[in-house]
Amino acid sequence: MTSMTHPEQGSESKHISIAEPSILDLQNVTISYSGKAAVRNVSFPIAEHKITSIIGPSGCGKSTLLRALNRMNDFVDDVSLEGTISYLGENLYGKDIDPVTLRRRIGMVFQKPNPFPKSIYRNVSWGPQINGYKQPLDDLVEHSLVQAALWNEVKDRLHESALSLSGGQQQRLCIARALAMSPDILLMDEPCSALDPISTSHIEDLLFELKSQYTIVIVTHNMQQAARASDYTAFLEMGMLIEFGATKQMFTVPRQKRTEEYVTGRFG
Amino acid sequence: MVPLTQKMTLPEQVTSWLMSDARTQTASEASAVGLSLKKGGIRWGEFAIQSSLGFCALISVITTIVIVFVLATESYSFFSDVSPIDFLFGTQWVPLFEPSSYGVLPLLWGTLVITFGAAAIAIPVGLASAIYISEYASARVRTIVKPVLELLAGIPTVVYGYFALTFVTPVLQNILPGLNVFNALSGAIVVGIMILPTIATLSDNALRAVPDTLRQGAYALGATSFEVTTQVVVPTGLSGVMASFLLAISRAIGETMAVTLAAGATPNLSFTLQESIQTITAYIVQVSLGDTPADGIAYKTIFAVAAVLFLLTLILNMLSQWVLNKYRAEYD
Repeated sequence: MTSMTHPEQGSESKHISIAEPSILDLQNVTISYSGKAAVRNVSFPIAEHKITSIIGPSGCGKSTLLRALNRMNDFVDDVSLEGTISYLGENLYGKDIDPVTLRRRIGMVFQKPNPFPKSIYRNVSWGPQINGYKQPLDDLVEHSLVQAALWNEVKDRLHESALSLSGGQQQRLCIARALAMSPDILLMDEPCSALDPISTSHIEDLLFELKSQYTIVIVTHNMQQAARASDYTAFLEMGMLIEFGATKQMFTVPRQKRTEEYVTGRFG
Repeated sequence: MVPLTQKMTLPEQVTSWLMSDARTQTASEASAVGLSLKKGGIRWGEFAIQSSLGFCALISVITTIVIVFVLATESYSFFSDVSPIDFLFGTQWVPLFEPSSYGVLPLLWGTLVITFGAAAIAIPVGLASAIYISEYASARVRTIVKPVLELLAGIPTVVYGYFALTFVTPVLQNILPGLNVFNALSGAIVVGIMILPTIATLSDNALRAVPDTLRQGAYALGATSFEVTTQVVVPTGLSGVMASFLLAISRAIGETMAVTLAAGATPNLSFTLQESIQTITAYIVQVSLGDTPADGIAYKTIFAVAAVLFLLTLILNMLSQWVLNKYRAEYD
Protein backbone atom coordinates (compact mmCIF):
# COMPACT_ATOMS: atom_id res chain seq x y z
CA MET A 1 0.00 0.00 0.00
CA THR A 2 1.35 3.35 -0.96
CA SER A 3 -0.12 6.25 0.90
CA MET A 4 -3.14 7.63 -0.91
CA THR A 5 -5.62 10.25 0.07
CA HIS A 6 -9.34 9.72 -0.07
CA PRO A 7 -10.85 13.11 0.64
CA GLU A 8 -14.27 12.07 -0.63
CA GLN A 9 -14.59 9.31 1.97
CA GLY A 10 -13.11 11.21 4.87
CA SER A 11 -15.47 14.13 4.43
CA GLU A 12 -18.55 11.94 3.94
CA SER A 13 -18.31 10.42 7.42
CA LYS A 14 -20.74 12.51 9.37
CA HIS A 15 -19.41 14.11 12.57
CA ILE A 16 -16.31 11.94 12.35
CA SER A 17 -13.07 13.12 10.86
CA ILE A 18 -9.59 11.76 11.25
CA ALA A 19 -6.27 13.32 10.41
CA GLU A 20 -4.98 10.40 8.33
CA PRO A 21 -6.32 9.07 5.05
CA SER A 22 -8.85 6.30 5.64
CA ILE A 23 -8.44 2.87 4.07
CA LEU A 24 -11.87 1.57 5.06
CA ASP A 25 -15.01 3.61 5.47
CA LEU A 26 -18.14 2.33 7.14
CA GLN A 27 -21.30 4.17 6.16
CA ASN A 28 -24.61 3.45 7.92
CA VAL A 29 -23.75 -0.22 8.33
CA THR A 30 -26.55 -2.39 9.69
CA ILE A 31 -26.00 -6.14 10.03
CA SER A 32 -28.87 -8.48 10.82
CA TYR A 33 -29.13 -12.19 11.63
CA SER A 34 -32.50 -13.57 10.50
CA GLY A 35 -33.90 -10.04 10.45
CA LYS A 36 -32.64 -9.18 13.95
CA ALA A 37 -30.15 -6.33 13.88
CA ALA A 38 -26.83 -7.03 15.63
CA VAL A 39 -25.14 -3.84 14.37
CA ARG A 40 -27.22 -0.72 13.76
CA ASN A 41 -26.39 2.17 11.50
CA VAL A 42 -22.70 2.36 12.30
CA SER A 43 -20.42 4.83 10.49
CA PHE A 44 -16.75 5.47 11.12
CA PRO A 45 -13.49 5.53 9.15
CA ILE A 46 -10.47 3.32 9.64
CA ALA A 47 -7.18 5.17 9.34
CA GLU A 48 -4.40 3.77 7.23
CA HIS A 49 -1.32 2.45 9.09
CA LYS A 50 -2.99 2.98 12.44
CA ILE A 51 -4.48 0.66 14.99
CA THR A 52 -8.21 1.02 15.45
CA SER A 53 -9.78 -0.83 18.36
CA ILE A 54 -13.43 -1.76 18.64
CA ILE A 55 -14.55 -2.05 22.24
CA GLY A 56 -17.84 -2.70 23.98
CA PRO A 57 -19.58 -5.14 26.31
CA SER A 58 -20.14 -8.78 25.30
CA GLY A 59 -22.78 -9.20 22.63
CA CYS A 60 -22.56 -5.58 21.45
CA GLY A 61 -21.87 -6.66 17.87
CA LYS A 62 -18.16 -5.86 17.73
CA SER A 63 -17.09 -9.26 16.36
CA THR A 64 -19.96 -9.21 13.87
CA LEU A 65 -18.80 -5.82 12.68
CA LEU A 66 -15.18 -6.96 12.38
CA ARG A 67 -16.16 -10.05 10.39
CA ALA A 68 -18.12 -7.85 8.01
CA LEU A 69 -14.87 -6.13 7.03
CA ASN A 70 -13.51 -9.16 5.15
CA ARG A 71 -16.88 -10.78 4.48
CA MET A 72 -16.42 -13.67 6.88
CA ASN A 73 -20.11 -13.26 7.69
CA ASP A 74 -20.84 -14.71 4.24
CA PHE A 75 -20.50 -18.16 5.82
CA VAL A 76 -23.24 -17.52 8.34
CA ASP A 77 -26.72 -18.45 7.17
CA ASP A 78 -29.32 -15.74 6.90
CA VAL A 79 -27.11 -12.74 7.56
CA SER A 80 -27.69 -9.48 5.70
CA LEU A 81 -25.87 -6.17 5.54
CA GLU A 82 -27.20 -2.73 4.68
CA GLY A 83 -25.14 0.40 4.15
CA THR A 84 -21.70 0.42 2.55
CA ILE A 85 -18.19 -0.47 3.57
CA SER A 86 -15.77 1.07 1.12
CA TYR A 87 -12.24 -0.14 0.73
CA LEU A 88 -10.16 2.39 -1.21
CA GLY A 89 -13.33 3.71 -2.78
CA GLU A 90 -14.86 0.34 -3.72
CA ASN A 91 -17.91 -1.07 -1.96
CA LEU A 92 -16.89 -4.41 -0.39
CA TYR A 93 -20.43 -5.65 -0.80
CA GLY A 94 -20.72 -4.58 -4.44
CA LYS A 95 -22.03 -7.22 -6.85
CA ASP A 96 -18.76 -7.47 -8.77
CA ILE A 97 -16.54 -7.99 -5.69
CA ASP A 98 -14.96 -11.43 -5.32
CA PRO A 99 -14.79 -12.19 -1.59
CA VAL A 100 -11.92 -14.66 -2.12
CA THR A 101 -9.67 -11.98 -3.66
CA LEU A 102 -10.84 -9.52 -1.04
CA ARG A 103 -9.74 -11.80 1.83
CA ARG A 104 -6.22 -11.93 0.37
CA ARG A 105 -6.01 -8.17 0.94
CA ILE A 106 -7.80 -8.07 4.28
CA GLY A 107 -6.47 -10.81 6.54
CA MET A 108 -7.78 -12.02 9.86
CA VAL A 109 -6.52 -13.43 13.16
CA PHE A 110 -9.11 -15.21 15.27
CA GLN A 111 -9.98 -15.31 18.93
CA LYS A 112 -8.69 -18.84 19.48
CA PRO A 113 -5.41 -19.80 17.81
CA ASN A 114 -6.39 -22.00 14.84
CA PRO A 115 -3.21 -23.25 13.16
CA PHE A 116 -3.71 -25.91 10.51
CA PRO A 117 -2.62 -29.41 11.53
CA LYS A 118 0.36 -29.07 9.21
CA SER A 119 3.99 -28.19 9.87
CA ILE A 120 4.94 -24.72 11.10
CA TYR A 121 6.46 -24.02 7.70
CA ARG A 122 3.36 -25.17 5.79
CA ASN A 123 1.09 -23.06 7.97
CA VAL A 124 2.89 -19.96 6.77
CA SER A 125 3.52 -21.01 3.17
CA TRP A 126 0.05 -22.41 2.47
CA GLY A 127 -1.79 -19.12 1.89
CA PRO A 128 0.75 -17.63 -0.53
CA GLN A 129 1.09 -20.99 -2.29
CA ILE A 130 -2.60 -21.41 -3.09
CA ASN A 131 -2.68 -17.82 -4.24
CA GLY A 132 0.06 -18.37 -6.79
CA TYR A 133 3.06 -16.83 -5.01
CA LYS A 134 6.06 -17.48 -7.22
CA GLN A 135 9.08 -16.21 -5.27
CA PRO A 136 11.13 -18.53 -3.01
CA LEU A 137 8.92 -19.62 -0.13
CA ASP A 138 11.77 -20.08 2.35
CA ASP A 139 12.47 -16.35 2.43
CA LEU A 140 8.80 -15.50 2.78
CA VAL A 141 8.32 -17.98 5.64
CA GLU A 142 11.36 -16.66 7.47
CA HIS A 143 10.36 -13.02 6.92
CA SER A 144 6.80 -13.61 8.13
CA LEU A 145 7.92 -15.51 11.22
CA VAL A 146 10.45 -12.76 12.02
CA GLN A 147 7.70 -10.15 11.69
CA ALA A 148 5.51 -12.15 14.04
CA ALA A 149 8.40 -12.37 16.56
CA LEU A 150 8.34 -16.15 16.41
CA TRP A 151 11.35 -16.95 14.23
CA ASN A 152 13.90 -17.41 17.02
CA GLU A 153 11.66 -19.86 18.83
CA VAL A 154 10.86 -22.06 15.83
CA LYS A 155 13.72 -21.74 13.36
CA ASP A 156 15.13 -25.16 14.29
CA ARG A 157 11.80 -26.95 14.16
CA LEU A 158 10.06 -25.53 11.10
CA HIS A 159 8.93 -28.95 9.94
CA GLU A 160 7.39 -30.01 13.22
CA SER A 161 3.63 -29.88 13.63
CA ALA A 162 2.24 -26.45 14.45
CA LEU A 163 0.16 -28.13 17.13
CA SER A 164 3.32 -28.80 19.16
CA LEU A 165 3.59 -25.05 19.87
CA SER A 166 2.20 -23.34 22.99
CA GLY A 167 -1.01 -21.30 22.77
CA GLY A 168 0.83 -17.97 22.56
CA GLN A 169 3.21 -19.32 19.92
CA GLN A 170 0.28 -20.72 17.95
CA GLN A 171 -1.38 -17.32 17.95
CA ARG A 172 1.83 -15.66 16.72
CA LEU A 173 2.00 -18.36 14.05
CA CYS A 174 -1.52 -17.41 12.99
CA ILE A 175 -0.36 -13.79 12.78
CA ALA A 176 2.65 -14.87 10.70
CA ARG A 177 0.33 -16.85 8.46
CA ALA A 178 -1.82 -13.76 7.90
CA LEU A 179 1.25 -11.53 7.33
CA ALA A 180 2.66 -13.91 4.73
CA MET A 181 -0.16 -12.79 2.44
CA SER A 182 1.08 -9.15 2.78
CA PRO A 183 -2.44 -7.91 3.43
CA ASP A 184 -3.33 -4.21 3.46
CA ILE A 185 -5.39 -4.66 6.57
CA LEU A 186 -5.14 -7.11 9.44
CA LEU A 187 -8.33 -7.79 11.40
CA MET A 188 -7.86 -9.24 14.89
CA ASP A 189 -10.78 -10.67 16.82
CA GLU A 190 -9.82 -10.62 20.52
CA PRO A 191 -6.44 -12.16 19.63
CA CYS A 192 -5.25 -12.31 23.23
CA SER A 193 -8.35 -13.56 25.00
CA ALA A 194 -7.10 -17.15 25.11
CA LEU A 195 -3.55 -16.23 26.10
CA ASP A 196 -1.58 -15.70 29.30
CA PRO A 197 -0.29 -12.21 30.23
CA ILE A 198 3.22 -12.83 28.89
CA SER A 199 1.99 -13.98 25.50
CA THR A 200 -0.43 -11.06 25.49
CA SER A 201 2.36 -8.54 25.99
CA HIS A 202 4.37 -10.25 23.20
CA ILE A 203 1.47 -9.72 20.85
CA GLU A 204 0.86 -6.12 21.93
CA ASP A 205 4.53 -5.30 21.30
CA LEU A 206 4.07 -6.89 17.94
CA LEU A 207 1.14 -4.62 17.07
CA PHE A 208 3.37 -1.55 17.47
CA GLU A 209 5.97 -3.06 15.17
CA LEU A 210 3.42 -3.95 12.55
CA LYS A 211 1.51 -0.73 12.25
CA SER A 212 4.19 0.96 10.17
CA GLN A 213 3.35 -1.50 7.40
CA TYR A 214 -0.21 -2.63 8.06
CA THR A 215 -3.52 -1.17 9.05
CA ILE A 216 -4.82 -3.05 12.09
CA VAL A 217 -8.36 -3.32 13.38
CA ILE A 218 -8.59 -5.09 16.71
CA VAL A 219 -11.64 -6.15 18.69
CA THR A 220 -10.96 -6.37 22.38
CA HIS A 221 -12.83 -6.39 25.66
CA ASN A 222 -9.67 -5.52 27.50
CA MET A 223 -9.77 -1.75 28.22
CA GLN A 224 -6.08 -1.49 29.03
CA GLN A 225 -5.22 -3.20 25.78
CA ALA A 226 -7.34 -0.77 23.78
CA ALA A 227 -5.86 2.21 25.66
CA ARG A 228 -2.27 0.96 25.35
CA ALA A 229 -2.26 -0.34 21.85
CA SER A 230 -4.62 1.63 19.64
CA ASP A 231 -4.68 5.04 17.96
CA TYR A 232 -8.42 5.19 17.38
CA THR A 233 -11.23 3.60 19.33
CA ALA A 234 -14.83 2.84 18.44
CA PHE A 235 -17.15 2.10 21.37
CA LEU A 236 -20.19 -0.01 20.57
CA GLU A 237 -23.12 -0.80 22.79
CA MET A 238 -26.14 -2.89 21.77
CA GLY A 239 -25.07 -2.71 18.15
CA MET A 240 -24.88 1.08 18.09
CA LEU A 241 -21.77 3.24 17.83
CA ILE A 242 -21.76 5.33 20.98
CA GLU A 243 -18.51 7.12 20.31
CA PHE A 244 -15.59 7.09 17.92
CA GLY A 245 -12.43 9.12 18.30
CA ALA A 246 -8.72 9.21 19.00
CA THR A 247 -7.97 6.70 21.77
CA LYS A 248 -6.26 9.27 23.99
CA GLN A 249 -9.32 11.50 23.89
CA MET A 250 -11.75 8.61 24.39
CA PHE A 251 -10.00 7.46 27.52
CA THR A 252 -9.29 10.88 29.02
CA VAL A 253 -12.09 13.20 27.97
CA PRO A 254 -14.87 11.06 26.50
CA ARG A 255 -17.71 13.04 24.95
CA GLN A 256 -20.40 10.55 25.96
CA LYS A 257 -21.33 9.62 29.52
CA ARG A 258 -21.75 5.93 28.55
CA THR A 259 -18.20 5.87 27.20
CA GLU A 260 -16.86 7.30 30.41
CA GLU A 261 -18.75 4.75 32.48
CA TYR A 262 -17.52 1.90 30.31
CA VAL A 263 -13.84 2.86 30.06
CA THR A 264 -13.63 3.52 33.79
CA GLY A 265 -15.08 0.10 34.41
CA ARG A 266 -18.35 1.13 35.97
CA PHE A 267 -20.22 -1.37 33.79
CA GLY A 268 -19.56 -3.94 31.11
CA MET B 1 -24.11 -35.33 72.71
CA VAL B 2 -27.29 -37.25 73.56
CA PRO B 3 -26.86 -40.99 72.93
CA LEU B 4 -29.20 -42.06 70.12
CA THR B 5 -30.25 -45.14 72.00
CA GLN B 6 -32.01 -43.05 74.61
CA LYS B 7 -35.74 -42.99 74.02
CA MET B 8 -36.86 -39.67 72.57
CA THR B 9 -39.82 -38.46 70.63
CA LEU B 10 -39.02 -37.49 67.06
CA PRO B 11 -39.10 -33.68 67.56
CA GLU B 12 -36.79 -34.07 70.55
CA GLN B 13 -34.42 -36.14 68.49
CA VAL B 14 -34.34 -33.63 65.61
CA THR B 15 -33.68 -30.82 68.07
CA SER B 16 -30.85 -32.74 69.67
CA TRP B 17 -29.22 -33.31 66.25
CA LEU B 18 -29.56 -29.66 65.41
CA MET B 19 -28.11 -28.64 68.76
CA SER B 20 -25.06 -30.86 68.57
CA ASP B 21 -22.46 -29.18 66.44
CA ALA B 22 -20.90 -31.72 64.08
CA ARG B 23 -17.68 -29.74 63.89
CA THR B 24 -17.00 -30.21 67.55
CA GLN B 25 -17.18 -33.99 67.25
CA THR B 26 -13.89 -35.57 68.25
CA ALA B 27 -12.27 -38.34 66.26
CA SER B 28 -13.01 -40.87 68.95
CA GLU B 29 -16.68 -39.89 68.87
CA ALA B 30 -16.70 -40.27 65.09
CA SER B 31 -15.23 -43.76 65.24
CA ALA B 32 -17.70 -44.58 67.97
CA VAL B 33 -20.57 -44.00 65.51
CA GLY B 34 -18.93 -46.20 62.83
CA LEU B 35 -16.76 -43.87 60.68
CA SER B 36 -13.76 -46.21 60.83
CA LEU B 37 -11.35 -46.08 57.87
CA LYS B 38 -10.63 -49.79 58.17
CA LYS B 39 -11.65 -52.09 55.36
CA GLY B 40 -15.02 -53.74 55.87
CA GLY B 41 -16.11 -56.91 54.04
CA ILE B 42 -16.31 -57.25 50.25
CA ARG B 43 -18.87 -55.01 48.60
CA TRP B 44 -20.91 -57.75 46.98
CA GLY B 45 -22.92 -55.52 44.63
CA GLU B 46 -19.76 -53.97 43.25
CA PHE B 47 -18.17 -57.39 42.89
CA ALA B 48 -21.20 -58.77 41.02
CA ILE B 49 -21.25 -55.87 38.56
CA GLN B 50 -17.51 -56.03 37.94
CA SER B 51 -17.51 -59.75 37.30
CA SER B 52 -20.54 -59.74 35.00
CA LEU B 53 -19.03 -56.93 32.93
CA GLY B 54 -15.76 -58.85 32.77
CA PHE B 55 -17.60 -62.01 31.74
CA CYS B 56 -19.30 -60.19 28.85
CA ALA B 57 -15.94 -58.90 27.65
CA LEU B 58 -14.53 -62.41 27.95
CA ILE B 59 -17.23 -63.91 25.66
CA SER B 60 -15.85 -62.24 22.55
CA VAL B 61 -12.28 -63.13 23.45
CA ILE B 62 -13.23 -66.80 23.98
CA THR B 63 -15.24 -66.85 20.73
CA THR B 64 -12.27 -65.56 18.79
CA ILE B 65 -9.94 -68.09 20.37
CA VAL B 66 -12.35 -70.98 19.63
CA ILE B 67 -12.81 -69.91 16.00
CA VAL B 68 -9.08 -69.56 15.44
CA PHE B 69 -8.54 -72.95 17.09
CA VAL B 70 -11.17 -74.70 14.92
CA LEU B 71 -9.85 -73.05 11.75
CA ALA B 72 -6.29 -74.01 12.64
CA THR B 73 -6.98 -77.67 13.49
CA GLU B 74 -9.27 -78.33 10.51
CA SER B 75 -6.89 -76.53 8.16
CA TYR B 76 -4.00 -78.53 9.60
CA SER B 77 -5.81 -81.76 8.84
CA PHE B 78 -6.58 -80.45 5.33
CA PHE B 79 -2.93 -79.65 4.74
CA SER B 80 -1.92 -83.17 5.75
CA ASP B 81 -3.74 -84.27 2.56
CA VAL B 82 -2.99 -81.34 0.28
CA SER B 83 0.36 -79.64 0.05
CA PRO B 84 0.24 -75.94 1.08
CA ILE B 85 2.24 -75.09 -2.06
CA ASP B 86 -0.41 -76.62 -4.32
CA PHE B 87 -3.09 -74.87 -2.30
CA LEU B 88 -1.55 -71.42 -2.33
CA PHE B 89 -0.24 -71.40 -5.89
CA GLY B 90 -2.56 -73.77 -7.72
CA THR B 91 -4.70 -72.19 -10.40
CA GLN B 92 -7.45 -74.84 -10.53
CA TRP B 93 -10.13 -75.07 -7.86
CA VAL B 94 -12.03 -78.35 -8.43
CA PRO B 95 -12.62 -79.72 -4.93
CA LEU B 96 -15.91 -81.53 -5.45
CA PHE B 97 -15.26 -83.63 -8.57
CA GLU B 98 -12.64 -86.08 -9.75
CA PRO B 99 -9.88 -85.42 -10.65
CA SER B 100 -9.86 -82.88 -7.84
CA SER B 101 -7.54 -79.89 -7.58
CA TYR B 102 -7.15 -77.52 -4.67
CA GLY B 103 -5.54 -74.33 -5.95
CA VAL B 104 -7.06 -71.43 -4.01
CA LEU B 105 -5.98 -68.69 -6.42
CA PRO B 106 -9.24 -68.61 -8.43
CA LEU B 107 -11.27 -68.10 -5.26
CA LEU B 108 -8.84 -65.52 -3.90
CA TRP B 109 -8.90 -63.80 -7.25
CA GLY B 110 -12.71 -63.74 -7.23
CA THR B 111 -12.73 -62.18 -3.78
CA LEU B 112 -10.13 -59.57 -4.70
CA VAL B 113 -11.87 -58.67 -7.98
CA ILE B 114 -15.13 -58.01 -6.15
CA THR B 115 -13.36 -56.14 -3.34
CA PHE B 116 -11.22 -53.88 -5.50
CA GLY B 117 -14.01 -53.36 -8.00
CA ALA B 118 -16.39 -52.35 -5.22
CA ALA B 119 -13.76 -50.10 -3.63
CA ALA B 120 -13.00 -48.46 -6.97
CA ILE B 121 -16.65 -47.47 -7.20
CA ALA B 122 -17.44 -46.75 -3.56
CA ILE B 123 -14.34 -44.80 -2.45
CA PRO B 124 -14.53 -41.93 -4.95
CA VAL B 125 -18.32 -41.73 -4.96
CA GLY B 126 -18.56 -42.15 -1.17
CA LEU B 127 -15.89 -39.57 -0.42
CA ALA B 128 -17.41 -37.14 -2.91
CA SER B 129 -20.83 -37.59 -1.29
CA ALA B 130 -19.33 -37.05 2.15
CA ILE B 131 -17.59 -33.87 0.99
CA TYR B 132 -20.80 -32.63 -0.59
CA ILE B 133 -22.92 -33.35 2.48
CA SER B 134 -20.42 -31.97 4.95
CA GLU B 135 -18.99 -28.97 3.09
CA TYR B 136 -21.41 -27.83 0.40
CA ALA B 137 -24.96 -28.96 1.13
CA SER B 138 -27.35 -26.68 2.99
CA ALA B 139 -28.76 -27.89 6.29
CA ARG B 140 -32.04 -28.70 4.53
CA VAL B 141 -30.45 -30.89 1.86
CA ARG B 142 -28.36 -32.64 4.51
CA THR B 143 -31.39 -33.59 6.59
CA ILE B 144 -32.86 -35.32 3.53
CA VAL B 145 -29.76 -36.93 2.01
CA LYS B 146 -28.18 -38.34 5.18
CA PRO B 147 -31.16 -40.51 6.28
CA VAL B 148 -31.59 -41.80 2.72
CA LEU B 149 -27.94 -42.87 2.68
CA GLU B 150 -28.35 -44.56 6.04
CA LEU B 151 -31.44 -46.34 4.74
CA LEU B 152 -29.31 -47.70 1.89
CA ALA B 153 -27.08 -49.27 4.53
CA GLY B 154 -30.04 -51.00 6.12
CA ILE B 155 -31.16 -52.93 3.02
CA PRO B 156 -30.55 -56.71 3.44
CA THR B 157 -27.65 -57.88 1.30
CA VAL B 158 -29.72 -60.58 -0.40
CA VAL B 159 -31.86 -57.78 -1.85
CA TYR B 160 -28.72 -56.30 -3.40
CA GLY B 161 -27.97 -59.68 -4.98
CA TYR B 162 -31.43 -59.86 -6.42
CA PHE B 163 -31.12 -56.26 -7.60
CA ALA B 164 -27.92 -57.22 -9.42
CA LEU B 165 -29.54 -60.18 -11.17
CA THR B 166 -32.78 -58.52 -12.17
CA PHE B 167 -31.68 -54.95 -12.83
CA VAL B 168 -27.94 -54.29 -13.02
CA THR B 169 -27.03 -57.29 -15.20
CA PRO B 170 -29.84 -56.74 -17.78
CA VAL B 171 -28.87 -53.07 -18.06
CA LEU B 172 -25.19 -53.99 -18.48
CA GLN B 173 -26.10 -56.63 -21.07
CA ASN B 174 -27.50 -53.87 -23.24
CA ILE B 175 -24.12 -52.16 -23.16
CA LEU B 176 -21.91 -55.29 -23.23
CA PRO B 177 -23.79 -57.86 -25.33
CA GLY B 178 -21.51 -60.80 -24.42
CA LEU B 179 -22.11 -60.44 -20.69
CA ASN B 180 -22.79 -63.60 -18.71
CA VAL B 181 -25.92 -63.74 -16.55
CA PHE B 182 -23.60 -64.23 -13.59
CA ASN B 183 -20.65 -61.87 -13.85
CA ALA B 184 -18.01 -60.21 -11.69
CA LEU B 185 -18.77 -56.73 -12.96
CA SER B 186 -22.32 -56.72 -11.74
CA GLY B 187 -21.23 -58.21 -8.39
CA ALA B 188 -18.58 -55.52 -7.93
CA ILE B 189 -21.09 -52.79 -8.77
CA VAL B 190 -23.72 -53.88 -6.26
CA VAL B 191 -21.18 -54.50 -3.51
CA GLY B 192 -19.83 -51.04 -4.31
CA ILE B 193 -23.31 -49.56 -3.91
CA MET B 194 -23.72 -51.57 -0.72
CA ILE B 195 -20.57 -50.23 0.98
CA LEU B 196 -21.09 -46.70 -0.35
CA PRO B 197 -23.20 -45.52 2.63
CA THR B 198 -20.57 -46.80 5.08
CA ILE B 199 -17.95 -44.63 3.43
CA ALA B 200 -20.25 -41.64 2.91
CA THR B 201 -21.70 -41.47 6.43
CA LEU B 202 -18.50 -42.28 8.34
CA SER B 203 -16.42 -39.89 6.21
CA ASP B 204 -19.09 -37.22 6.62
CA ASN B 205 -18.86 -37.64 10.39
CA ALA B 206 -15.08 -37.40 10.21
CA LEU B 207 -15.18 -34.26 8.07
CA ARG B 208 -17.81 -32.60 10.19
CA ALA B 209 -15.71 -33.22 13.30
CA VAL B 210 -13.06 -30.89 11.80
CA PRO B 211 -13.36 -27.65 13.81
CA ASP B 212 -15.02 -24.79 11.96
CA THR B 213 -12.27 -22.43 13.12
CA LEU B 214 -9.86 -24.22 10.76
CA ARG B 215 -12.16 -23.62 7.78
CA GLN B 216 -12.50 -19.97 8.73
CA GLY B 217 -8.75 -19.62 9.12
CA ALA B 218 -8.30 -20.99 5.62
CA TYR B 219 -11.01 -18.81 4.08
CA ALA B 220 -9.43 -15.77 5.74
CA LEU B 221 -6.28 -16.47 3.70
CA GLY B 222 -8.21 -16.12 0.46
CA ALA B 223 -8.79 -19.82 -0.14
CA THR B 224 -11.65 -21.08 -2.29
CA SER B 225 -14.12 -23.66 -0.96
CA PHE B 226 -12.39 -26.35 -2.99
CA GLU B 227 -8.95 -25.48 -1.57
CA VAL B 228 -10.33 -25.37 1.96
CA THR B 229 -11.98 -28.77 1.50
CA THR B 230 -9.18 -30.63 -0.22
CA GLN B 231 -6.19 -29.08 1.54
CA VAL B 232 -7.44 -28.38 5.05
CA VAL B 233 -10.63 -30.26 5.88
CA VAL B 234 -9.92 -33.65 4.27
CA PRO B 235 -6.29 -33.87 5.50
CA THR B 236 -7.43 -32.97 9.01
CA GLY B 237 -10.18 -35.59 9.02
CA LEU B 238 -8.02 -38.11 7.15
CA SER B 239 -7.74 -40.73 9.89
CA GLY B 240 -11.53 -40.99 10.09
CA VAL B 241 -11.85 -41.02 6.31
CA MET B 242 -9.26 -43.81 5.98
CA ALA B 243 -11.03 -45.76 8.72
CA SER B 244 -14.26 -45.57 6.74
CA PHE B 245 -12.49 -46.91 3.62
CA LEU B 246 -10.97 -49.84 5.46
CA LEU B 247 -14.17 -50.72 7.26
CA ALA B 248 -16.02 -50.67 3.95
CA ILE B 249 -13.35 -52.84 2.29
CA SER B 250 -13.55 -55.39 5.11
CA ARG B 251 -17.28 -55.52 4.52
CA ALA B 252 -16.74 -56.09 0.81
CA ILE B 253 -14.26 -58.95 1.45
CA GLY B 254 -16.68 -60.72 3.76
CA GLU B 255 -19.78 -60.05 1.68
CA THR B 256 -21.54 -63.30 0.75
CA MET B 257 -25.15 -63.20 -0.41
CA ALA B 258 -24.95 -60.36 -2.90
CA VAL B 259 -21.88 -61.78 -4.64
CA THR B 260 -23.21 -65.34 -4.67
CA LEU B 261 -26.33 -64.17 -6.46
CA ALA B 262 -24.64 -61.65 -8.74
CA ALA B 263 -21.32 -63.22 -9.64
CA GLY B 264 -22.24 -66.90 -9.56
CA ALA B 265 -20.30 -69.99 -8.49
CA THR B 266 -17.64 -70.65 -11.09
CA PRO B 267 -14.09 -70.55 -9.71
CA ASN B 268 -12.40 -68.67 -12.49
CA LEU B 269 -9.03 -66.97 -12.81
CA SER B 270 -10.48 -64.73 -15.51
CA PHE B 271 -9.14 -61.27 -16.13
CA THR B 272 -12.28 -59.99 -17.79
CA LEU B 273 -15.08 -58.96 -15.52
CA GLN B 274 -17.73 -60.31 -17.86
CA GLU B 275 -17.63 -63.93 -16.72
CA SER B 276 -18.93 -65.72 -13.71
CA ILE B 277 -16.49 -66.08 -10.82
CA GLN B 278 -16.64 -67.45 -7.30
CA THR B 279 -15.51 -65.70 -4.14
CA ILE B 280 -14.27 -67.46 -1.00
CA THR B 281 -17.49 -66.71 0.84
CA ALA B 282 -19.67 -67.89 -2.05
CA TYR B 283 -17.74 -71.19 -2.08
CA ILE B 284 -18.28 -71.67 1.65
CA VAL B 285 -22.03 -71.17 1.14
CA GLN B 286 -22.05 -73.66 -1.73
CA VAL B 287 -20.38 -76.38 0.36
CA SER B 288 -22.29 -75.65 3.55
CA LEU B 289 -25.65 -75.91 1.81
CA GLY B 290 -24.88 -78.92 -0.36
CA ASP B 291 -24.63 -82.61 0.52
CA THR B 292 -20.88 -82.70 0.94
CA PRO B 293 -20.10 -85.40 3.52
CA ALA B 294 -18.86 -83.87 6.75
CA ASP B 295 -15.71 -85.97 7.09
CA GLY B 296 -14.35 -85.80 3.55
CA ILE B 297 -11.53 -83.67 2.26
CA ALA B 298 -14.01 -81.54 0.29
CA TYR B 299 -15.63 -80.56 3.57
CA LYS B 300 -12.30 -79.61 5.11
CA THR B 301 -11.60 -77.20 2.24
CA ILE B 302 -14.04 -74.66 3.67
CA PHE B 303 -11.91 -74.37 6.80
CA ALA B 304 -8.78 -73.88 4.76
CA VAL B 305 -10.34 -71.16 2.59
CA ALA B 306 -11.94 -69.59 5.68
CA ALA B 307 -8.47 -69.41 7.21
CA VAL B 308 -7.29 -67.54 4.11
CA LEU B 309 -10.21 -65.13 4.45
CA PHE B 310 -9.46 -64.70 8.13
CA LEU B 311 -5.82 -63.88 7.40
CA LEU B 312 -6.86 -61.44 4.70
CA THR B 313 -9.13 -59.46 7.03
CA LEU B 314 -6.58 -59.69 9.84
CA ILE B 315 -3.92 -58.16 7.59
CA LEU B 316 -6.37 -55.46 6.54
CA ASN B 317 -7.24 -54.64 10.14
CA MET B 318 -3.58 -54.44 11.08
CA LEU B 319 -2.97 -52.23 8.07
CA SER B 320 -5.82 -49.95 9.08
CA GLN B 321 -4.47 -49.66 12.62
CA TRP B 322 -1.08 -48.77 11.22
CA VAL B 323 -2.55 -46.18 8.87
CA LEU B 324 -4.68 -44.68 11.62
CA ASN B 325 -1.73 -44.35 13.98
CA LYS B 326 0.48 -42.91 11.30
CA TYR B 327 -1.96 -40.17 10.32
CA ARG B 328 -3.13 -39.54 13.84
CA ALA B 329 0.43 -38.83 14.91
CA GLU B 330 0.81 -36.34 12.10
CA TYR B 331 -2.50 -34.54 12.38
CA ASP B 332 -3.34 -34.40 16.06
